[in-house]
Amino acid sequence: MHNTSLQFKKQVTIKLADVRLQDALSRLQSRFVGGRAAVISEIHDLQETRTAAAAIRDRVLNNLEHWLLHFEQQATARGAIVHWAETGDDVNRIVTEIAAQHNVKTAAKSKSMVSEECGLNDALEQAGISVMETDLGEYILQLAHEAPSHIVAPVVHKNKEEIADLFAEKHNKPRKTDIAELCREAREVLRPAFLNADMGISGANFLIAETGSALIVTNEGNGRLVTTLPRVHVAITGIEKVVPTLEDVTTLLRLLPRSATGQSITNYVSVLTGTKKPEDHDGPEHFHIILLDNGRSKLVGSEMQEMLRCIRCGACMNHCPVYQNIGGHAYGWVYPGPMGSILTPMLSGIEKSPDLPNASTFCGACAVVCPVKIPLPDLLRRLREKQMQLGMKSRQETFMLRVWTWLALHPKFYALGNKIGVRILQLMGGKDKLIHRLPGAGGWTNGRDFPAPAGKTFRELYQQRKQS
Amino acid sequence: MRVGLFVTCLVDSMRPSIGFATINLLEAAGCEVTVPAQQTCCGQPGYNSGDRQAAIALAKKFLDEFEAFDYVVLPSGSCAGMIRVHYPELFRDDPAMLTRMSAVAQRTYELTDFLTHIAKLDKIPGTFKGTLTYHDSCSGLRELDVYKQPRALLAKMDGVTLNEMVESTTCCGFGGTFSVKYGELSTRMADNKCAHITDTHAGAIVGGDLGCLLNIEGRLRRNGDHTTRVLHVAEVLSGMDKEA
Repeated sequence: MHNTSLQFKKQVTIKLADVRLQDALSRLQSRFVGGRAAVISEIHDLQETRTAAAAIRDRVLNNLEHWLLHFEQQATARGAIVHWAETGDDVNRIVTEIAAQHNVKTAAKSKSMVSEECGLNDALEQAGISVMETDLGEYILQLAHEAPSHIVAPVVHKNKEEIADLFAEKHNKPRKTDIAELCREAREVLRPAFLNADMGISGANFLIAETGSALIVTNEGNGRLVTTLPRVHVAITGIEKVVPTLEDVTTLLRLLPRSATGQSITNYVSVLTGTKKPEDHDGPEHFHIILLDNGRSKLVGSEMQEMLRCIRCGACMNHCPVYQNIGGHAYGWVYPGPMGSILTPMLSGIEKSPDLPNASTFCGACAVVCPVKIPLPDLLRRLREKQMQLGMKSRQETFMLRVWTWLALHPKFYALGNKIGVRILQLMGGKDKLIHRLPGAGGWTNGRDFPAPAGKTFRELYQQRKQS
Repeated sequence: MRVGLFVTCLVDSMRPSIGFATINLLEAAGCEVTVPAQQTCCGQPGYNSGDRQAAIALAKKFLDEFEAFDYVVLPSGSCAGMIRVHYPELFRDDPAMLTRMSAVAQRTYELTDFLTHIAKLDKIPGTFKGTLTYHDSCSGLRELDVYKQPRALLAKMDGVTLNEMVESTTCCGFGGTFSVKYGELSTRMADNKCAHITDTHAGAIVGGDLGCLLNIEGRLRRNGDHTTRVLHVAEVLSGMDKEA
């Protein structure tokens, strides 16, 4: 997917003024923030569980090659074929080749953010294979030709009215506004797609090394149909998703749905192991698992490795006051919110996303809710340090920082500078003691007054008090 | 106990009354307060902008000036968090400095945390009559666990009625240089905060970090609210809000 995060500031302006989006986002907050709060307390040893989950992820990441090879061995032994893809284009090529090999004309897809990284749907369409998204949210987006704005709730930026309009137009049927009726209408379109598909494409929330299984967590049941009905199943996921054992996965599953959607458990947890056996009622004849790197391996062993713990629950964005106000599209790539502000520069190019690591107040709400204890603000700060080292900061910012640091290290000049500064600010404050326009700080005064200081510094007044 | 007061750069220049209110409270709690004259800034602007070296230089300066005290107190959760949580991290590769820095970091406190847990201030020197609502600034809340402390202190004041706002723990949008770099976004976050404040009908919004308070006050005033008072918790507790 093309990275447009250079447009971040422009997008922020647009999104803040988008009344429909703002309305949709206000509901997201109550649903997901409130939802998580309601069920997370079911885990009585929450902090210990988070620590254990982080340790499970670290154990894998500290020895990633071993666990991946172990997974490949086990998956292969059960009839799956494992493919290694360095880039998104490699994934597209591999899927297209598999499709050609099995004479695939149509594919049904369940939700996969990794496939968004690759731009898989476009690549398949170009190869003459028709693809149908079957996750309801993703299906709506496919009809609307839009990208997901949230990794768990992809269509969260749209309200019911917009979807009613879209369905009426694309399905060519009378407009419905009842949610159950809209769902039924989508189901009528999707059912034949499941039954006719030659290939099912899914993601994988986890890969289990000991059994060679791909595990998916879903609510709509489409994931099960996509992975069991078609002749060929292709699961695509990132190399970091491997977990040693089924028992390890159960720890992560205690946290994932609760953190993501406020559910104690999702409607479906599917463990997909190997191809269809003679005694099986269903399952694919061919099972391909594509493991994508796309820059992830560069993070292994680096000071950014903790980011690879991520289990894609979306809690960081749900709780982020920046995401809550602008939604996911403003971030410009596949992954939004705090995790996206780290993954986008790391996977898609640090120079292409100068704003993302900086567009955070470091409020820390994300780190508190992260189920695998990723220190998101610390990682964002490390990216800011990298930007500084790469000379990506503006000349003005670098100059201001240098001056400030120099003054702070030279107290006499600092005191003098402050003394003069506060007097100027006091004068600018005028009668109402508010500065309405401050040159160089328009970012502040365009939307806020700046309360003027009293005219003397603490340092001066304290000296006076000591002398009197 | 000997307390070194770090007034913070914002209080030094923007609202000195908070510094005097802090001295007043510490003395009321029986502390011997010293204000090292050479102090400037904790280094957070540089640190959070990616200039680690600037932060290291200022952390060393802090150590020289404050290491000798029994405790270091700041009327700011954000600057106290910088010292307690982030200063030691700056010296992770320098064991000798790390030991010294960690020792002073552990003796460094945000004001209300110190008054509650260390100095155990019982009789609040100030008087206040009216309703107020409390904004929990992010660093104090999430890095130092400051939530109950200011409320416990305010509850000891007879005339105070606390009307809690919804989402008191949600960021006000200040974020240091964020407030200027991403002004529109910052303003919207401040606007959300102001709406929650207004809904409480409290006469004053109180908090423990001047940066957030300037942000909130700036938006309230721009929105035409010239009556809701914006006060630092030290001003309320010391009775110095009358001068603010």
